[in-house]
Amino acid sequence: MDKTHDNKAWFLVIPVFVIVAFSAIIPLMTVVNYSLQDIFGPNERYFVGTEWFREVLNDSRLHGALYRQLLFSGLVLLIEVPLGVAIALAMPPRGWTASLCLVLLAIPLLIPWNVIGTIWIIFTRPDIGLLGRTINGLGIPFDHTAAPLDAWVTVMLMEVWHWTPLVALLAYAGLRAIPEAYYQAARIDGASAWAVFKYIQLPKMRGVLTIAILLRFMDSFLIYAEPFVLTGGGPGNSTTFLSIYLVKQAVGQFDLGPAAAFSIIYFLIVLLFSWVFYQVLQRVGTGDK
Amino acid sequence: MRIRKRTVALTLYLVLLLLPVYWMLNMSLRFNADILGTFRLFPSEFTLANYVKIFTDPAWYSGYVNSIIYVSMNTAISLLVALPAAYAFSRYRFIGDKHMFFWLLTNRMAPPAVFLLPFFQLYSTFGLIDTHIAVAISHCLFNVPLAVWILEGFMSGVPREIDETAYIDGYSFPRFFLTVFIPLIRAGVGATAFFCFMFSWVELLLARTLTTTEAKPIAATMTRTVSATGLDWGLLAAAGILTIVPGALVIWFVRNYMAKGFALGRV
Repeated sequence: MDKTHDNKAWFLVIPVFVIVAFSAIIPLMTVVNYSLQDIFGPNERYFVGTEWFREVLNDSRLHGALYRQLLFSGLVLLIEVPLGVAIALAMPPRGWTASLCLVLLAIPLLIPWNVIGTIWIIFTRPDIGLLGRTINGLGIPFDHTAAPLDAWVTVMLMEVWHWTPLVALLAYAGLRAIPEAYYQAARIDGASAWAVFKYIQLPKMRGVLTIAILLRFMDSFLIYAEPFVLTGGGPGNSTTFLSIYLVKQAVGQFDLGPAAAFSIIYFLIVLLFSWVFYQVLQRVGTGDK
Repeated sequence: MRIRKRTVALTLYLVLLLLPVYWMLNMSLRFNADILGTFRLFPSEFTLANYVKIFTDPAWYSGYVNSIIYVSMNTAISLLVALPAAYAFSRYRFIGDKHMFFWLLTNRMAPPAVFLLPFFQLYSTFGLIDTHIAVAISHCLFNVPLAVWILEGFMSGVPREIDETAYIDGYSFPRFFLTVFIPLIRAGVGATAFFCFMFSWVELLLARTLTTTEAKPIAATMTRTVSATGLDWGLLAAAGILTIVPGALVIWFVRNYMAKGFALGRV
C-alpha cells in the first residue's frame, strides 16, 4: 500500500517545523560556535579549531563515563521494555480496573525529576527509609553511599520504578488500538496465546514500541537529575554518567569551550545509536532487509 | 487460572510501584524532626501542617498555578500543530519526508546543560523571559516531535480506505479530519495529550532557566525547602504528593480514549 506522492503535504508540516526550529536551530549553532573557541569573557574569545574536540576525545575520565552510560542504557532497555510489555498484556482491557491501573502507572511519571531523587534518598536510607531498612533487616548490608554496587542497584531500581510505566502505557495504548476482529479471527483459528502475541500483538505494537525504545534510550542516555540528586555520581565515580560529568565540566570548571565540544560529541553519539535502533526497528520482522 | 496468575503479578507490581509514593505520603503527614528521628510505617503524630503551608503561602501555590498554565499551553500547542503534520507523514510522501521525520526526534537528543545559556539569550532577545508562553514554546522542542511520532503511529494504523471513502462521500479535508479521522484515533490523541502534559510537567532545567518569579514552576519552588538547617523533608514530600494530582486528573479524563480503543466501522 503505497503512500500518495504529494508535495503539498508540506503545508501540513510547516507549523511543526517553524515551532521546533525556533528553539532548535539558533541554540545548536551557538553551541557549535562555543565549541570552536576559547572563551575568556563576553568580548574575549579566540578561534581554536578542533582543539577542544581532540581534548575531549582523549579524556580518559570521559571514556569511563561513556562505558558506564552504555551499560546503564543497555540495562534500562533490557529490563524496561519486556517488563513494560508484560504489564500492558496483564492489564485488564476495559472497565474501572483498567482506569485504576492507568492512573496508578502514571504516578511515578508525574513527579518532577529532582523530587524523585530526593524521595529515593530517604526511601533507601538504612535507618529511616522503607527500602533500606527492609534490605538491611533481611541481613544484607546495603548502603548506596558507600558501596558502588549498591549505588548501581539503587539507581537502576529507581530508573526501572520511574520509567517502566512509560513503556507500559505506550504498549497498552498500542494494544487497545488492535481491532477486535483480529482476536476473533485468532480464536476461530484456535491460536495459542503465544501465537496471538507473536503474530498479532507484537507486529501491531511495532510503532509504539519503536517510540518507547527510542524514548527510553534517549532519556536514559541523557539522564541527569535523578542519579545526581541520589548519589551525586558517587561513591567515587561509580555512578558518574555522561551528563553528570558534562555538568561537572561545564559548571564546575566553567569551561564553556570543551563543554560545548563535549555536548556536540554527546549529541552525535545519541543520534548515531538512535538512528541505528530506528533503522533496525523499521526492518525487523517485516521481511524487507 | 492463567488470568488469575496474571492479576496477582500485576497487583504485586502495582503495590511495589506505590511503595515509594506511599513513603512520600507518609513523610508528608509528619513533622521534620519525627521523619529524621524515627522509622515509622505509619505517621503516629499525624499533621497536615505541610499541606496547610503549601495552600496558604502564595510562593508555594503560585508554583502549581504557573506550571499548570504553561503545561496546558504546551499540550494545546503541541497537539494543534502535530495532528496535521502526523497526518501528512502517515498518508503522503513528499520531498524530505523521512529526513524531516527523523530530524524532529533529534531535538530530544541534545544534553541540555550547555544549551541553557543560548536558550536564555534567544528568549531574552524576544523579550519572553519569565512568561508562561516562553516555557510553553521551549517545551515544544521535545513535545512536538513526540506528539508527531506517537500520532503518526496511530494514524498509520487506520486503513486508508476510510479516507478514500470519506472523500468519495464528498467530505472536505478539514471536515473529514475533524469529524471522522480524529474520533477514530481518540486513543492516540488521549495518549499523546497525556505524554505532552507529563514531559512538560516534570521538565525542570528549561523551565527554571526561562523564568524568574512570574512564571516560576513548582519543581523550582521545591528547591526552596533547602535551608540552613537542611531539607524540610515533610514539606518537600507534601509538595511532591501534590505534583501528582494534576497529571492524575489528566489521565483520568483521557482514560476512556486510551481504553476504548479503535472503534472501526464508525464511518
